[in-house]
This record gives sequence, C-alpha cells and structure tokens, in this order.
Amino acid sequence: MALPELPTRGQRFEDPPAQFAQSLASVGGRCERSPNLAAVRTAVAALPTVLEASKVASLIPEVHAGNVPLEQIEDPHALADVDVAILRGDFAVAENGAVWVPGAALGRRQALPFITQHLVLVVEPMDVVHTLHEAYARLRFGGPGFGVFISGPSKTADIEQALVIGAHGARSTVVFLVG
Amino acid sequence: MNRHAARAAPFIADEARMHWHDKAVWHVRSNRDRAVASVPEWEALREIAAQVKAHTMSHLADYLETFERNALRLGAHVHWAADAAEHNAIILSILEQRGVKRLVKSKSMLTEECQLNHFLEGHGIEVVDTDLGERIVQLAEETPSHIVLPAIHKKKEEIGTLFHHFLKTAAGASDPKYLTEAARGHLREKFLAAEVGLTGVNFAIAETGGFVVCTNEGNADLGTSLPRVHIACMGVEKIIPRAADLGVFLRLLARSATGQPITSFTSHFHGPRTGTELHLVIVDNGRSGILASEAHRRSLSCIRCGACMNTCPVFRRTGGHSYDATVPGPIGSVLAPARDAARYASLPFASSLCGSCTDVCPVKIDLHHQLFLWRQELSSQHLTPLVKRLASRVGSLVLQRPWLYSALGWLTRWFGRWLPRALLYPKFNAWGRHRELPPMPPESFRAQFRRRRA
Repeated sequence: MALPELPTRGQRFEDPPAQFAQSLASVGGRCERSPNLAAVRTAVAALPTVLEASKVASLIPEVHAGNVPLEQIEDPHALADVDVAILRGDFAVAENGAVWVPGAALGRRQALPFITQHLVLVVEPMDVVHTLHEAYARLRFGGPGFGVFISGPSKTADIEQALVIGAHGARSTVVFLVG
Repeated sequence: MNRHAARAAPFIADEARMHWHDKAVWHVRSNRDRAVASVPEWEALREIAAQVKAHTMSHLADYLETFERNALRLGAHVHWAADAAEHNAIILSILEQRGVKRLVKSKSMLTEECQLNHFLEGHGIEVVDTDLGERIVQLAEETPSHIVLPAIHKKKEEIGTLFHHFLKTAAGASDPKYLTEAARGHLREKFLAAEVGLTGVNFAIAETGGFVVCTNEGNADLGTSLPRVHIACMGVEKIIPRAADLGVFLRLLARSATGQPITSFTSHFHGPRTGTELHLVIVDNGRSGILASEAHRRSLSCIRCGACMNTCPVFRRTGGHSYDATVPGPIGSVLAPARDAARYASLPFASSLCGSCTDVCPVKIDLHHQLFLWRQELSSQHLTPLVKRLASRVGSLVLQRPWLYSALGWLTRWFGRWLPRALLYPKFNAWGRHRELPPMPPESFRAQFRRRRA
C-alpha cells in the first residue's frame, strides 16, 4: 500500500484570529489582541496574575522586565517558584487555540512554560494558521530540539469528569496576538 | 474460569452505580460528537489516517530502522525489547547504572501492559504516576479502568477518602477542585525530587527521529524537563512516517478522545535536552505476531483515543475492570486474545456487534468485524464454552432448514405458553437471566403474511 498524499489545507475560517480566540476560550484560555508590544506591556502590567506575582520570569524584555535572572539559571529546579512566565510563541492555530512554542528560546529553561503558575504567550507579529496541516507545513525538525503546542492552561477531568483548570502546569494561559 | 460476564457481575449488581458510569462515559462520547461535527473534512481525515497506518504497518521494519537511525543521530539512546520482561529489565538497568531511586511517570499504557511499576518497586525504586487519574488508581492499588480516563469508575467521595488517607486532605472533602489542588501540591514535590522522568509515546516520527507526547495536565513536560534522564517507552506500532502526518493524527486524536480540539500540551521531543540523557525503549511484546496476521493487522493502527470504549454499550455498563486487560473495550477485546487466546476468550463476546465502535474509530479499524472474526477463531479452537458452541451448532442446523425452523417455531409458541418457568429459564440459559421472553404470538409471521396477502 502506498503512502497517501497529505492534505495541504483543511477547513478555512473567515477570520482566523477570531476563531483562534474562540477556540482558546473553549479550552479555558484567553486571547487578547494588541496593536504593538507597548500595548501588550500595559495590558500585562494590569493582569491580576502579574499584579499578585512575586516572581515574574520574562523572555520578552519589551513586555516585562521580570525579576528572575533567567540567563543565570543552570538548574531548572530554580524555576519552581515562578508565578508568571512571559514568552514568545511562533504562531497560533485557529482550529484549536494552540500556540507553537519552540524550545530553542528556552534552552536549559525548558521547564518554564510548564512549571510556572501562570503563562503569558505573545505572538508577534500576529500569525495565525487555519489548521494543523498548515502548521506542520511550516515546522522543520532538522536537528535536536524541543517544541510544544500549548492550547490553554493545564487541566484535568479525572475526578468525575469535572473540569479543573490547573492540574500540574499553568493555572491560566493568556495569549496576546500583536499587530 | 476468567469470564467477562462473571467479572462484570459485581459491577452490574449495583444498578445505580452502573447507570452513573454509563452516563459519565456517554457524556464523553457526546463531547466527541460535537467536536467531530465541527470538522467538515472529518471522514477524509479518517480515511487518510487509516491509509497512513496501513502503509506504515506494511513497511514497519524499515520505518523502525529509519526511526532508530535518526533518533541516534539526534543523540538519543535506543533500546529494543522483545517482550515485557526485557522492557522492564532495560529500564531497571538504566536506573541502576545511574544509582537513581526516584522516578516520575506520565501515562503509558505500555508500561501498564508490562507491569513495570510492580517490577521496579520490587527493586526498591519509588515509582510515582503523575497523571491524576493514574495517581488515584495507583494509590488505590488498582489498575486504570479506561485508557484515557483511568479513574472514571471511581466516585469523588471515594477519591476524597483515598486522598484523606494519603494526602491528608480534610475528612469528607470530595470537591474535585479541592482534591485536584491537593494532588497538585503532592505531585509538585515528586516532580521536583524526581531523578528520572518516564513517558509514553503517542507518535514516533521515522523521518525525523523525534516523538510526540500528548497530555492535558502537562505532567509529561514537568516530568521530563526537570530530571536529567528521560525514558520514553513505545510499542513498535507508534511509528508514523512523516512529521506532516501529525497534522492528520493530532486533528483526530483529542477530538475522538475527549472532544477537545487538541490536548493542552503536545510536546515534540527531538533528542535529549542539553546536558541530559534520552532513552527510547521500543517494545514488541506480541505486536509482531498481530502484524503477521492478515486478519488482525489493522488492530495495530489504534492511536489509543478510547472512543470505542466511550461508545460501547457493554463497556459503559460493565466498566473497564471487567475486561481484566490493560486496554479494555472493543479494541482491547481484539488485542487481548492475540496475546493470550485462552485467557481472553470471553472478551470478543462482550459486545453486541452493534458496530458503533467501528463508526467512531478515527483510524477506521473494523472493530466489530474483528470481534466477529475472533468469535469464529475462538470457537474453532474450542476456546469458547461448550453451551455456546452447541447453541451455535444447533442454530446453524435450524437456520439452514426452513421446514425445521418453521416446526420449531410452532413448538416454541406452544411450549412458550405452557411450559413452567423453571424449564424455560434453566441455569444454562444466560440470555434469560436478565430478560423476559416476549408474550408468545398466536401465529407465526409467515402465517400472518400469508393470511394478509390472501
């Protein structure tokens, strides 16, 4: 049996960013649109999770200075008390509310998006594909590395099907689409 | 006698609980339906997925070697295990060589199949399941009753009692949010103390040498991004040829499983993280035997979404433990007899052959055909109960002879009306145990048909 051709595209959405926001909301996350990074900076500063945070780890200095010295961290266990992590995603997927977060920017701090209590992802410039078919058409896995699709916060429904947000990882996930 | 019906009896005896379980599982099926309806090209995706899997299975040895080559190139260690014992021994030796004692695990049905936990615990290793459902059944000293929802058979009050005992939650507390929070705190400590993280593999990509792990809780990621050693265990059937195939499989998987558009975390591992080790354990454990069987090969296409369980009227009313197999439900009833026909001979009969499993399967496994095939194979091997075999023989005899059928119909109508209950519902009449015969009609359908046409 021959290996079949794969679809290069699937369903199309009229307004992919709006669909992304809707998909993300359906999995317990939240999407905000911002014209530029300065606006993201203002919005992030006003997030209750950031206002209450004592440790903010930011990989986007333009958005938040952060107070966790990420460059100096060798052992990921040192990230255990991070309250909010702010990092970039490459692109977003409209059909499922997922954001591709490449491991390259995280390096030894690969644990950051999972160990943090709250997660802020910034996709700048805004880049939203319709479905996973287009997502995989652009992803390249040449060498060693890590990457993850994150769709909303960590969750579980293992106790009587009751959806609980914040199983092990982030208790909230906010995605900023910029531009 | 290790029969499904006998094991299901205690579950069914608590009628209220049976209905509760039925409803809970059906709820997941309904969520699946809603998610599927939102994808117009769903049927085309199923077809492509089935073809990709069929192709891969027909070239499995080549793809496995390609995968190994590429995984080695990325810096992973690759281990091959012919059976469960080898799989367990490989993992133990990795742990012993590094002198480590604390392991956190994310969900892996393969390690359940190999009974890894007990094996490692017997060698003084602390094994902590980190998926909440798996942690619940681990603390209760049970096995998962469902591959996606391991603790779906447990009531929150029971989990509350369990957590009160082990995690010191308040007595009588059963709020899922409160209990989950307690487990979060307890498992955080385990994650931070772990020396090795073990995960399953959802998809292994031949062309890149990488693999994908899907979770909603993020436990696979926490479990692998903190310790210095990551062990990933996979059955040989987890291979897909191309990274782009994920576009098809990931669109199908979570929607079929829980009705989510994708799992919260879909992690792509290509080689070890800098300064750490990655070990891949590739396991056969009977799979190549299934591959060799033309009739049952398609059952290896399974991506473990659990949709066939959620839709199955028998699974919903008998619970996963009644199957006594790592994978329960329709797909489990096809896979288990291939492993041990005598032990699991009753499972292909734990089905009404309604075909709903086949309809929802995202990779188009012909499940109810497979179950029917197994029934024939098991009967011809004389692995089914004598009553069942005799009944089939008699049925075949009668249905091939219209005159006999008609004569027996006449006799049944007469005896059905006048025979005492003790004779109509004898001990060996399993059918009559929970059912009543309909009132006997005065004449047969054929007689009515003839009369009306006249």
